[in-house]
Amino acid sequence: MKVEIEKLTIASARAGLRAREFSATELTEAAIAVMEAARPLNAMITETPERARAMAAESDRRLTRGEAGPLEGIPIAIKDLFCTDGVQTTAGSRILKGFIPPYESTVSANLWRAGAVMLGKANLDEFAMGSSNETSHFGRVENPWRRADGKPLVPGGSSGGSAAAVAAGFCLGATGTDTGGSIRQPASFTGIVGIKPTYGRCSRWGIVAFASSLDQAGPMTRTVRDAAIMLGAMASVDEKDSTSVDRPVPDYEAAMTGDVRGLRIGIPKEYRVDGMPAEIEALWRQGIDWLRSAGAEIVDVSLPHTGYALPAYYIVAPAEASSNLARYDGVRFGLRVPGNSLPDMYAKTRGEGFGAEVRRRILIGTYVLSAGYYDAYYVKAQQVRTLILRDFERAWERVDAILTPTAPSAAFGIGEKSDDPISMYLNDVFTVPVNLAGLPGISVPAGLSREGLPLGLQLIGRAFDEETLFRVGGVLEEAAGFSARPQTWWKG
Amino acid sequence: MTSNLMRGETGEWEVVIGMEVHAQVTSRSKLFSGAATDFGAEPNSQVSLVDAAFPGMLPVINRECVRQAVKTGLGLKAQINRRSVFDRKNYFYADLPAGYQISQYLQPIVGHGKLTIDLPDGSSREIGITRLHLEQDAGKSLHDQHPSATFVDLNRAGVALMEIVSEPDMRSAEEAAAYLSKLRTILRYLGTCDGNMEEGSMRADVNVSVRRPGEKLGTRCEIKNVNSVRFVRQAIEYEARRQIDLIEGGGKVEQETRLFDTGRGVTRSMRSKEEAHDYRYFPDPDLLPLELSENFIEEIRRELPELPDEKKSRLVNELGLSAYDAGVLVADKESADFYEVVARGRDAKLAANWVTGDFFGALNRSGKGIAEFPVTAAKLGGLLDLIANGTVSNRLAKDIFEIMVETGKEAAAVVEEKGLKQVTDTGAISAAIDQVLAANADKVNEYRSGKDKLFGFFVGQVMRAMGGKANPAALNELLKKMLAGN
Repeated sequence: MKVEIEKLTIASARAGLRAREFSATELTEAAIAVMEAARPLNAMITETPERARAMAAESDRRLTRGEAGPLEGIPIAIKDLFCTDGVQTTAGSRILKGFIPPYESTVSANLWRAGAVMLGKANLDEFAMGSSNETSHFGRVENPWRRADGKPLVPGGSSGGSAAAVAAGFCLGATGTDTGGSIRQPASFTGIVGIKPTYGRCSRWGIVAFASSLDQAGPMTRTVRDAAIMLGAMASVDEKDSTSVDRPVPDYEAAMTGDVRGLRIGIPKEYRVDGMPAEIEALWRQGIDWLRSAGAEIVDVSLPHTGYALPAYYIVAPAEASSNLARYDGVRFGLRVPGNSLPDMYAKTRGEGFGAEVRRRILIGTYVLSAGYYDAYYVKAQQVRTLILRDFERAWERVDAILTPTAPSAAFGIGEKSDDPISMYLNDVFTVPVNLAGLPGISVPAGLSREGLPLGLQLIGRAFDEETLFRVGGVLEEAAGFSARPQTWWKG
Repeated sequence: MTSNLMRGETGEWEVVIGMEVHAQVTSRSKLFSGAATDFGAEPNSQVSLVDAAFPGMLPVINRECVRQAVKTGLGLKAQINRRSVFDRKNYFYADLPAGYQISQYLQPIVGHGKLTIDLPDGSSREIGITRLHLEQDAGKSLHDQHPSATFVDLNRAGVALMEIVSEPDMRSAEEAAAYLSKLRTILRYLGTCDGNMEEGSMRADVNVSVRRPGEKLGTRCEIKNVNSVRFVRQAIEYEARRQIDLIEGGGKVEQETRLFDTGRGVTRSMRSKEEAHDYRYFPDPDLLPLELSENFIEEIRRELPELPDEKKSRLVNELGLSAYDAGVLVADKESADFYEVVARGRDAKLAANWVTGDFFGALNRSGKGIAEFPVTAAKLGGLLDLIANGTVSNRLAKDIFEIMVETGKEAAAVVEEKGLKQVTDTGAISAAIDQVLAANADKVNEYRSGKDKLFGFFVGQVMRAMGGKANPAALNELLKKMLAGN
């Protein structure tokens, strides 16, 4: 039968597969067809239809035997930052073009073990550095959503390919990584759900590192329930990642009780930033009303060091990146541009292999770690980080979750901000504090802008309390009743 | 104590030396990966994806290496830091795959300790240990395999090293050599580093400066990667003289890194302070701070073996050895272990004399190690037993020992085969004495008229007549009686 994958969710596909309404193979064929039709979006760097078909066939056998895993037969996309055994992994960079890892990241291995089907590797900002998916060596990704004027929009970033893939409807979920907002901001820009779990919830092993103390993998899906199902399969403690945390993975789906009565939701006054569009403010107020009507208690809180988060982030993240990216030197794998000496080979390889934004961040990071500047920048930024975490800890004495906008705007036009790094970096103003504090944060689509573009609201929770985020997120989603879909202009 | 000062054209100079020793941790696998650490393996055959710094790979601390570092710290009577932090030391080189070395910068696993050096004149001095930290080794660049390309062998990349930093407490090349030897001895006793400098398991960076006695410290030069005790001594002697000549000639010592040219016996400039790397140290975000429990440390403390200084004082105080003999015996763990087996249940001093005398003499001549030498501790012990129970004389035992060295046979077997058993039968000895006295009637008279010194002559004659087999005590007693005329 012909499966309309664009209309499914992980939960409904799971039910359909188990009830034999369609097979995993039929679902995967539908996904491949939509993926191929959606190529104008440039959401994928590598498509793996043959692997997908083989995996779907395996899923069908397991479904027949009644051995289905929690994601059995569900087609997903993997951000091309996760190393996949035998499949090119580029991190969106020329320097890794053609790199085929002989190993599988822990998160993707967990997903395959749960029965998921790999459609391919999703496009991203180069080394996950960006908020618009315009820095990929493999070309920018276009947002499936368009304004009335038809101007092409960015899908957000860095997990822009993953977000576009889910929003365009050819996969039911995609992995993302979030260092400063790279799951939540594109989720908000494309009208989908994205959760950055607590730092340490998912293993970082096999994920190309950007900023190790901030990077965290998470799911991007169409619904909150789907995110709960998918995170449950991704999360694990991993002896290969010393920063992963040994805590049992709860049944996140079961946490979605639909009941938020008595929960205290904090509204941080510092998130009311200058120049925030009125429609974002209005949506936020709307979210507050929905949760209050559902029986939650709304509490004003203060996170006084919020204003220092973005500057601190743009010291810590580039510092770690400058060191993490030193291994791309042309010696062992990836691009090598020959030179007449070792330093010359380094300069040519890295000069030609890395794009402008990556080079910019390597330079910033190298600078802030240099002798004489380390204390003024890096040490100070780490102190700010401690203060930000303390802000949240104080808030947790009074509230169970915090509600904020996800991003200060709807999706912007391609090229609009690419010449202005500061205005680009401001996209992360609401998401970055969560990474600095290592907390979980979820973005839930909550409404449309004046121009008909999706807008998300963010919920922030206590460390390892993703359950509350799914619970509150589910109620928010229900109240918002967000059902808008982008017009499939790319098919025409 | 002799003066350590060096004489220059314009007066005396004091040399100030500190040392950073890199000691490879004895461990089957690397500091942050499961790859093997065997020496001399095929190039790039002991390299994990972590060691080669593939994308997304993460380090995981090897507990065994942590244990070894703590054990070493305890052996150096040092402070063990319950919390330490791994940092990244960033620099680019082809044999450094990640572009950074994981090391410990501000918070090392081991803090202040001390080590006592023993000097040739019998005196000893305490040298302060500043710290010990764990770090990764780099790989090896091979420049001689191809006319225009460099090859890289990553077998060593990621191997655990302990960097042991001393205070600038040494004042002569002699003291520096003694420090390095003693440190190596302690590491071998502990089993935390094999100390094989020729295989690169131990390397020293030596900091040298000179000053007028009593003045403040001079500018230092660091001599990198010196790989033997002898070269440490030579490098310091050359470098101190170079600095003195430089200053006395109106020049100034520049802070720099130098290399010791072993062929020519000189140090050469490698890079100046201005060319020094900015390592951009920062805590490695892939690793949690290393937290050690008191129990973990105590458990290691309980496993500590007896160390050379303690062993030496036990040999002196409990077994009655001279400080010199004890010092010689404990300087090498294998020698000390050998001695302890020989001395167990036997006369400790006799055992010490034999081990430090005939045994070491023969061992050195053979060029072999204790393990391959034909006379084992048990065999030497067997020989000492024959001396103790009067079967052979000490003199005869020396001949037997030589045969044992040649043949590897047990002492008792040699005695049996060669009929070297000592004669204690008084009848046989008396008969031999009779003959000697009869043949030397004139000397007997001289002796009897007071020339006591001739006693030794008679002993020698009787011994020779009996092929050296007479029991010396019985011989002496009988001879005395018979010379007295009864």
